[in-house]
Amino acid sequence: MTTVNQETIKKVAHLARLKINDEESKTTAAAITEVLNLVEKINTANVEDVHPLANPLDNNLTPRADAVSESNQREALLLLAPSSEAGLYLVPQVIE
Amino acid sequence: MHHLSLKAIANKLTKKEISAVELIQYFLDRINTHDKTLNSFVTVCEEQALQQAHAVDQLRNKKKLPYYAGIPIAQKDIFCTQGIKTSCGSKMLDNFIPPYNATVIEKFNQAGFITIGKTNMDEFAMGSSNESSFYGAVKNPWNITKVPGGSSGGSSAAIAARLAPVATGTDTGGSIRQPAALCNLTGLKPTYGRVSRYGMIAFASSLDQGGPMAKTAEDAAIMLNIMAGHDAKDSTCANNAVPDYTANLENPIKGLKIGLPKEYFSAQLDSNVAKQIEQVIQTYKNAGAEFIEISLPSSELAISAYYIIAPAEASSNLSRYDGVRYGYRCEDPKDLTDMYERSRSEGFGSEVKRRIIVGTYALSAGYYDAYYIKAQKIRRVIRDEFLTALNKVDVILSPTTPNTAFNIGEKVNVPVSMYLSDIYTIAVNLAGLPAISAPAGFINGLPLGFQLIGKHFAESTLLNAVHQYQKLTDWHTQSPEQYA
Repeated sequence: MTTVNQETIKKVAHLARLKINDEESKTTAAAITEVLNLVEKINTANVEDVHPLANPLDNNLTPRADAVSESNQREALLLLAPSSEAGLYLVPQVIE
Repeated sequence: MHHLSLKAIANKLTKKEISAVELIQYFLDRINTHDKTLNSFVTVCEEQALQQAHAVDQLRNKKKLPYYAGIPIAQKDIFCTQGIKTSCGSKMLDNFIPPYNATVIEKFNQAGFITIGKTNMDEFAMGSSNESSFYGAVKNPWNITKVPGGSSGGSSAAIAARLAPVATGTDTGGSIRQPAALCNLTGLKPTYGRVSRYGMIAFASSLDQGGPMAKTAEDAAIMLNIMAGHDAKDSTCANNAVPDYTANLENPIKGLKIGLPKEYFSAQLDSNVAKQIEQVIQTYKNAGAEFIEISLPSSELAISAYYIIAPAEASSNLSRYDGVRYGYRCEDPKDLTDMYERSRSEGFGSEVKRRIIVGTYALSAGYYDAYYIKAQKIRRVIRDEFLTALNKVDVILSPTTPNTAFNIGEKVNVPVSMYLSDIYTIAVNLAGLPAISAPAGFINGLPLGFQLIGKHFAESTLLNAVHQYQKLTDWHTQSPEQYA
C-alpha cells in the first residue's frame, strides 16, 4: 500500500505551481493516498512486452501545412490579459 | 413545443407556424421560470439569441435558409464562444471572453442554430456529478435532491427540463453518457477524432471528445451530421469521410450481433439495474438481434489506468493557466512564483488541484515508468481486447452507470467513490471507441441508461440501433412532471 506524506505533497504541489498550506497538504495527502491505492491495481498486470498507447487510433494525425493561417490579433488577445502595457504582458519583476 | 424533435421544430419554422423570435422567447421564458432551481446555465444569451432570431426571421422572407435555422441550442461552457463568457465551470476563467469560436460552435452557427446559453459543468470537466462547478451544483430535474451527472450536467438537466431542445457535451471518461443516463436522455460520445477539439477547453487531450446530447437518437444523428468532420485546426481530428448519420436510422436491426461482456454482468451488478437491462436485451431480441457473450478480461484495470492517464494529461494541459495571458490573477503578487502559485491555488477548485497533483506525481522522475508508461501499456491491452470482441459482434451492450442518480453531497468528499461511478464508460475513452447512452426505464422514479459501444467510426450503427429501440419503447418520451 502506497502512502504519500505531507512533505511529498508539498514538493509535488510546488512542481505544479500550486500553493497549499499545512492543513490542505494533510487532507490532500490522504486523498492522494486513496487515489494511488485505487490506481495501484495496474501492478497486477503483466504488460512488460506491450508497447505504450498514447493515441487510441495510433497514427491518425493530420498535421496542417506550416504556414501562417491567422491574422495578427495582438490587441484582442492583450485585452484578455490581467495586466499589459505597450503591447506586452506585464508580470512581477523576474530578474532581481 | 418543448417536447418536439428537431425536425418537428424546423418544420414549424419553415411553414412559418412560429417565428424564430417566438421560439427563442419561448425557451428563454422556460429558462427564466425553471433555472433558478436547476442552475443548469452559467450564462443565458438572451440579447444575442433574440437578435440572431430576429435576423433569421428577416432572412427567411428573402432567401432559403439552412433547414434548422432558428433552433435554439445550449452549448456546454467548455466550448469557446466569441464574445460570450466561457468559464469551463472555473473561477480561473470567470472573466474569460474568447476572441474566437470553437469549431463545433462555428459549425452549429453555420447550420443556423442559435446559442441560447452556456451550460454549467464540473470544473474543467473533472467530475461525475456537476458539484465541482465554481457556479454551484446543478439539480437533476427528475429529483432536485439528486445530481444530474457530470461533467455535462448542465446540458443534461437543461434538456431533461425541456429548457433547450438539444445541447452539446464533452466526454473524457463518460461525461456525455453518464449525465444522459441519469437524466433520461440520448447522448453520444463519438470516436476519438470524429469531432474537432479546436476551441474545446482541454482536460485530457487523448481522451476528450465532443458530442451530441438530445432526447432521441434521431436528434443526436442530426447534430452529429453538423459536428463531425475534419478540421485543419485540430491535428488529431480524423480525415475520413463523414456519412449521413440519419441515412441508416430506419434500417432493420434483424441479425445485429450484440455482445454482452461477462465482466460487466457479474454478481456485483445491482439487481434492479440488471432487471431493467434484461428488458432492453429482450426488446432487442424481439427485434431480431442476436446476443453473444464476450469477454473484456482487463476491464477491471480501466479505472486505474484512466486515473493515471487523465490526471497526467490534465496536469500538463492546465499548466497554461499562469495568470499572465488570460484568466484569473491573484492580488498583489510579491514575485513571479508567488503569482503563479497563488493565481492557480485561488483560481482552481479542490478536485482540479487534486488531479493536477496526482498527474504531476505520476509524471515526476522516478514514477513516470511505474505509473504513466504502465498505464499506457494497459491502455493498449484494453483497446485491443475491445477490437478483438468487436470482430465477433457489431456492438457491445452494458448499463451506462452502476446505479441511478445519487444524492447531491453524497460522494463529494469521497473522490474514489465518485470515480467508480464511471466504471462502464471509462474504458471506451481509453480505447477511443464511439458509444451511446439511451433511456432504459426507471427505478423508483429515477431514469437509468443503457450503453452501446461500437467499432471505431461506426456511429451510424449505434444511432440506428438506438433509433430502432426507441421505436419500440417510450422511455425516451417521458419527462419530469414539474417541467411538463
